Formats: sequence, C-alpha cells, structure tokens
Amino acid sequence: MSTTIVQNKEYKNKQKVKDNFISAFIGFFAFVWIFPILWTLWTSLRPYNDIISYGVFSWPRHLNLDNYFQAFRVMGLSKYFLNTLYVMVPSVILILFLGSLIAFVVSRYSFRFNLTLLLFFTAGNMLPTIATYIPVFWLYIKIGDLFGNRSLLYNNYFGIILIHVAFQVGFATFVLSSYMKTVPKEISESAILDGCSVFRHYWNVMLPLLRPPLAALGVLMSCWIYNDFFWALILMSQDSKRPVTSALRQLQGQFVTDFNLLAAGASIVAAPTIILFLVLRKQFVSGLTLGSTKG
Amino acid sequence: MKTAAVDKKVRSRRSLSRNDRFTLSAFVGIPTLLQIIFLWFPTLITVVLSFTYWNGINVSDIKWAGLANYKNIFFDSPVFYDALKNNVVWLLWFTFLATPLGILLAYQFDRKIKGHQIYETIFYIPVVLSLAIIGIIWNFMLQPGGFVQGVMGRDIGNAVSIWGNYDINSYVIMAVASWRHIGYIMLLYLAGLKSFDSSLREASAIDGATEWQTFRKIILPTMRPVNVIILVITIIDSLRAFDLVYIIYGTSTAWPLLNILAFQNFAGQGISMKGAAYSVIALVLCVVPILVYLRNVFKEDLK
Repeated sequence: MSTTIVQNKEYKNKQKVKDNFISAFIGFFAFVWIFPILWTLWTSLRPYNDIISYGVFSWPRHLNLDNYFQAFRVMGLSKYFLNTLYVMVPSVILILFLGSLIAFVVSRYSFRFNLTLLLFFTAGNMLPTIATYIPVFWLYIKIGDLFGNRSLLYNNYFGIILIHVAFQVGFATFVLSSYMKTVPKEISESAILDGCSVFRHYWNVMLPLLRPPLAALGVLMSCWIYNDFFWALILMSQDSKRPVTSALRQLQGQFVTDFNLLAAGASIVAAPTIILFLVLRKQFVSGLTLGSTKG
Repeated sequence: MKTAAVDKKVRSRRSLSRNDRFTLSAFVGIPTLLQIIFLWFPTLITVVLSFTYWNGINVSDIKWAGLANYKNIFFDSPVFYDALKNNVVWLLWFTFLATPLGILLAYQFDRKIKGHQIYETIFYIPVVLSLAIIGIIWNFMLQPGGFVQGVMGRDIGNAVSIWGNYDINSYVIMAVASWRHIGYIMLLYLAGLKSFDSSLREASAIDGATEWQTFRKIILPTMRPVNVIILVITIIDSLRAFDLVYIIYGTSTAWPLLNILAFQNFAGQGISMKGAAYSVIALVLCVVPILVYLRNVFKEDLK
C-alpha cells in the first residue's frame, strides 16, 4: 500500500515537470498565434512615413491614435457600421424566429416528414455557397423586374437579409431541435391538455424555455453575419450601402499604399467580434458545440 | 403494432383544431419555402445550367450542351487538375496536421495545464475574425514592408513576393488557413472532452499509464463519435475552401481551387457555364461527406 503511494507521488512529480514543459511549449505557440494581430495593432499606431523613412523595425518616432481618427474620417467607417446593423439585426431575429418554429414543430408534433424536414434543413446549411450565388443574383433581378422594381431585392438590404436567413436558418433549426430534445415532453403534454393553442404552446410555453440556446445562437449568428463580406459584395452594387466588412474589403484596394491607415481600419472592424467573444465566450462556445457544422 | 401507431397519429392529428393546423402549416411552410426558393432552387438551376451554353444575359440564348462543359473540363482544362491537386493538398494537410494539432491542444487544455485559459482564448481569436480581416492581417506580415520581409532584411524598396512564389505559396496558404482551423477544432473537441468521464483518466494514471498512453488508448477510442464528426467537418471544409484564397488572389488562378474556378468562370467577364460545371463537381464531391455527417448526427433519429 505504502509503496504504491510513494510510486504515485514520484509519478506525479515527474508529470508536473513534464506539464510545465508542455505549458511553456504551447505558450510559445500561443505567442506566435497572437503575433500577427499584435503586429497589426502596432502598425496601426505608427504613421506611414515612419516606416517609409526608417524601415519596418525602426524605433517609432511617433506613436498615436491618428490613424484611428483618420480611418473614421477618410474611410467613413461609421456609415458602414450603421449598414451592418441594418443587415445584422433583422437577419439574426428572423433566423432565430424561423429556426425555432421548425424546431418546435419537429420536436413537439409527430408528422411523417419530421426527420426529412430536419435533414433537409441541416443539409441546406452545408451546401457550398458558390453553387448558389449566381442563380441567386439572377433570381433577385428577375423577381425585381416581375414587380417592376429592379432593386426590390438586388442592391437592397432586404435581399441580403433574406439570403442570410435562407442560409443560416438550417443551422438554427438543427441547434434548437437538438436542445428541445432535452426539454421534458411532459411540459408540452400538459400544455396541450390544458387546451393551449399551437401558437400559445409555442409562444408562452416553449419560447421562454429556449432562452439559453437562443442567446448562444444569437451571439454566434451576429458574429457570422458581421463577418460575411461575400454576399454583400455580390448583391449590393452601391458602395455606400455595403456593410462594414465588405466595405473594408473594397477600401483595402483604395488605401493599399497607406498601410498604417488600413491597419487601423482593420483593427476597428475586428474589434466588435473580438470583444463580443471575450465578453460572451460561454454563449459562443455553447452555440458552436450544440451544432458543430460550421466554420 | 403498426396499426396502433397509425391510430395514435391519426388521433393526434384529429385532436388539432383547424386554427392549430393552420398555425402549424405556417410554422413549417414559411421557412421551408424560403429554403427552397433561395437555396435549393438556385442549386438546382446551377446543376441544369452546367449542361448548357449560355453567356448569362438573355434567357432565350440558353442552348443545350449535353456533357460538353464537363468534357471540356476533364480533357481540355489542365487547370482543373491543378485545382483538384490543391484541394487534395488542402484536405491532406488539414486531416493529418491541422486537425490532429487542434485535438492535441484540446486534450492538453482539458487537463488544465498552466495558463490554459489564456491559451484557449488566444487560439480561438482567429476563428472569430472575418476572412476579409485575416487577409489584411497576413498582408501586414508578408507584403513588402511587412514583418516577415523585415526579418528577411528587405525593406519596401527591395521586397520579394511571397504570395507569388510558387515554391512556397502552398505552404504559406496552408499555414494561414490552419491559423484559423486549429482553434476551431480545438474548441469543438474541448467541448466533447467535457463530457468525458474523468475517473477513467484517473484510473489509468494510477495504473501507471503515461499521458500519451492515456490519450491514445483511452481518450481517442472513447471519443470516437466526436472524432468522426470532426473528421467529416474537416473534409467538407476542405472541399468547400474558397474565401481565404479569394481574399488573397481574387479570381486569378495563381492558386486554383475547384470553387475558385467555379467563381471565375461563372461571374465576371466571359461568363460560360463551365463555371456551373465546376460548382457541380465540387458539390458532388461534398455529397458523400455530407451524407456521412448527417447519418452520424441523426443516428438515433434514423433508427
């Protein structure tokens, strides 16, 4: 008995040394990982002329936030941030709402097509975007012409919102339906016995129970839609109406010679998602792991 | 048995009032319609268009082409095989290097080694960044006047091209892609490990197993369902790869991928339905992994 304890202790000490070594090793890589971001921040604090005249590694002659003020003024970032809100807020609300509807029906009422529906929605979320977007572009223009207004969907926030909803609602359905499986069926049964209508059963009974996964999904979806630059690039023809991420992509070409200004712009645009992640990490993680399909 | 089940369903449907039935159809119908119109219908259109000649302007100009676009791709477009090769390189790199690294990191963090919270956060930050921003950040590292150029002793005036150097650009692209992928896998696996019974690990430690043995012989086999899902996600992501390379090279074919070719031929000037055919090829390659994924995720429901 005593020998095993001694052995165990020895083993533990050895493991401790090893663990410290592993921790240091990973720490080194963590530094390498964060370095490009730190470097961008560092670049954003210096004027361009400093680098031109003294070189990349020169000791900074000036360190200030000029590039940040400049970025807001010259690039007009505040306008683009507002555009992002126009797209992001309605999209996220609609995705959560429609996703919860399907998840509710599928997990609470037994129809023949339940599983088919669930598979249909989950698979839809995994289709490669590239296979859809040119027909979507034509479809938008055709639908617009049909109603006599070409920018009904194309070059309109409404169109971008619609496509985000169509693409992401599958993911929300999947996550919410797997969460609903863990909610006891008895709650629903008693609601039905009490004569609740389907709508009240959904709105007053289920929806309040779904708060945690809805919060998690809301955070995750906001981040994804904020980060998307592709749809807005294709479906928005007017530069001034683009959300901030795709606007940055355009500005990159325009300000390619002024590195440090671009660095400040990139830092400003990256800040909301990083802060969101640091503050609401728990939501982030549970949103991703409840339904692990997306990158 | 069967009749009883049918009976029950009939009763449950009958017990719904007309209003309720209407509500339910609306609940299901609206999202389904949206998905069909804006997701599945466009995909179907792409498949149909891949068998036609069209310049993308007037619908009346669409001409049936049979398999001509595919023939052209398979026999007369060497760039297709370059793209296929790059997709395979991407797939192999991710499967054998990036994903295992993410898993190993998750394992170490799950053991709560010193500093694991800070490390976790750092490895995860690239995942929350937009690819548009990732492109800019890595340009600061690699472009003329960037950090790596500085390390190589080259200033803006005499910089070398890194993205344009065909000997190394594959590695650079893989490195940048991994920068994002590893953190993502780490997070997914870490969540899987949370449900792992830690008494198993303690037992193996008491029996004198080393950490490596514990990981290989106990954790990996127990985590099999998670492993499968992560592997399938890695494969699907490799076949769908597009954004990062698009951000770096635009629609040029400096480093072609199937989806880059699809985009290049399908949009912009000189539209031809070869682009549609490229997307269909990428789509078909994705079908099997997607089915495997669905089967694994809905294993219980399918029974």
